[in-house]
Amino acid sequence: MAAKIEAPALREYPTVPTLAPGAMAESKPYVANEKMQEALGFPGQLVDDWQEKALGRMSELLANYRSLRVYMDACVHCGACTDKCHYFIGTQDPKNMPVARQELMRSVYRRYFSVAGRLMPQLVGARDLTKEVLDEWYNYFNQCSECRRCSVFCPYGIDTAEVTMAAKEILDCVGYGQKYSNEIIGKVHRIGNNLGLPGPALEDTLLGLEEDVKEDTGVDVRFPLDEAGAEVLLVTPSADFFAEPHVDSLVGYAKVFHQAGIRWTLSSKASEAGNFGMFIGNYDQLRKIALRIREAALELGVKRIVVGECGHAWRVAYSFWNTLTGIGAGADDPFAVMLQKQLDHRYKQPSHICEVTWDLIQRGALSLDKEANDHRIITFHDSCNVARGSRMGDSAGGQFEIPRAIIRSVANKYVDMAPDTTHEKTFCCGGGGGLLTDELMELRVKGALPRMEALQQVVDNHGVNFMATICAICKAQFTKVLPYYGFKMGMVGGVHQLVSTAIQLGAKS
Amino acid sequence: MPNIEVNGKSIEVDEEGYLVNLSDWSEDVANHIAQVENLSMSESHWEVVNFLRDYYEEFQIAPAVRVLTKAIGKKLGADKGNSTYLYELFPYGPAKQACKIGGLPKPTGCV
Repeated sequence: MAAKIEAPALREYPTVPTLAPGAMAESKPYVANEKMQEALGFPGQLVDDWQEKALGRMSELLANYRSLRVYMDACVHCGACTDKCHYFIGTQDPKNMPVARQELMRSVYRRYFSVAGRLMPQLVGARDLTKEVLDEWYNYFNQCSECRRCSVFCPYGIDTAEVTMAAKEILDCVGYGQKYSNEIIGKVHRIGNNLGLPGPALEDTLLGLEEDVKEDTGVDVRFPLDEAGAEVLLVTPSADFFAEPHVDSLVGYAKVFHQAGIRWTLSSKASEAGNFGMFIGNYDQLRKIALRIREAALELGVKRIVVGECGHAWRVAYSFWNTLTGIGAGADDPFAVMLQKQLDHRYKQPSHICEVTWDLIQRGALSLDKEANDHRIITFHDSCNVARGSRMGDSAGGQFEIPRAIIRSVANKYVDMAPDTTHEKTFCCGGGGGLLTDELMELRVKGALPRMEALQQVVDNHGVNFMATICAICKAQFTKVLPYYGFKMGMVGGVHQLVSTAIQLGAKS
Repeated sequence: MPNIEVNGKSIEVDEEGYLVNLSDWSEDVANHIAQVENLSMSESHWEVVNFLRDYYEEFQIAPAVRVLTKAIGKKLGADKGNSTYLYELFPYGPAKQACKIGGLPKPTGCV
């Protein structure tokens, strides 16, 4: 086991931390092995002509994504982003200031893609792309969770996550990929989900859940799999089938569908909502992973596609599925058109499970006993990709209001954390963007600092004992890091876990 | 790739100490890995590890935490069918740590 990791002390008045240069210089995830790399079409290991290949790929990205070129050019180093990153706040390493992290790429950009940098590199801070620089990219771009909090504060609107994604794509293309994300993407293609849960195991797990709910409530709530002709295809993170507290939200979704009388199904082909293709900035993987869901929807003939509690999956679904797959408007290939005709457009396509539940609550379709949650004093952690990369409902800010409205409908005691740590200014849990891996535990613990400070405040002032969230990564990350800060791991759970507690399915038989 | 030495035999493990070839597993290998993890294998530990291995053989994956707690509860009594009990046995998490000792691959994803 690794050396013991100490959580930083919570600060009473968060200020800009003292700099600790090089504090995280050695922090890096395991490199993907040959098999994992090649399964995704990347070189197995660092290629001999990596410099040429890296600059070639960078040139292509700059040409394809005008945004990336603008982000390379537009930064004036004003410093507005410096203290907005949870990893900088928690680690004090100045290279975790968003501007400094991006400078790792900008300095190379200036050297090879600007006139001044080509002619007089020293004068404009331009750097050759050496192996040392490439290693620095690997270490520090793998200390960014692509949460985009810094972008909220950037006066130029630079999307720093896109810079990180570009860096990861370049690293993959020269054979320098990250194990955690690339191994998982391989499993999605090979087995159907991030976890590597084969169909029969999924079926067995779902049968077990049916037994559990029957035992708890006396009601036969079904967890259907691959049922053609169902109205709703639910796509949810595979962690919902496997991990605690995730599974309690899955039980919640099932109870909601049961009580509303909606025929739904899961799919063994699309048994994963997550799409790590976004984390590694690779469009082909992003699309290939998303297309599984379209295939499953066409095969099963469903009318609606609903996404479970997964932060980045909802960003991909809400913002990218339309052009990637034709779920929503945008794509016009024959299969997209076929799917468009099949789906019922009286509903949002896709819908978030929170939109479905909130709609049912408003129509009085669910009977809820708020007192059942009276042992909980609840707060809500906005997940970064939902907060800053998507929306819910019909009005701006729906992604903030709808989950909170659900909580207030199923529980009596709710308080928000400090406003500069919620809504669009929410802090990342510390484990997003493909960093939820054990070898990065020090980074994850330290990166959770700002969220832990805000949580401590509501614990002290209001006795909060439950932090709800709608993201599988957030749930897994907090379960791991809460104990480092003296909290119980069971304090974190899903919004539909609360729904599950409150929902009244009928008299016990 | 690193190796571990058990009974004079060199066995390949990955960066985190999981067996690369699942067929290399034996009870001695399990005891060795447990020792590296600062655990000493009691009968209770073996109950969990054996269940994981049986389940894996049938389904090619470790069981979900809930499946595991339920099975242990049925076998050893309701007071042990909960994650608190499992975390006492395997402080780093029953799924990951018990899989490692059982010679099974690490569960991946958002877990």
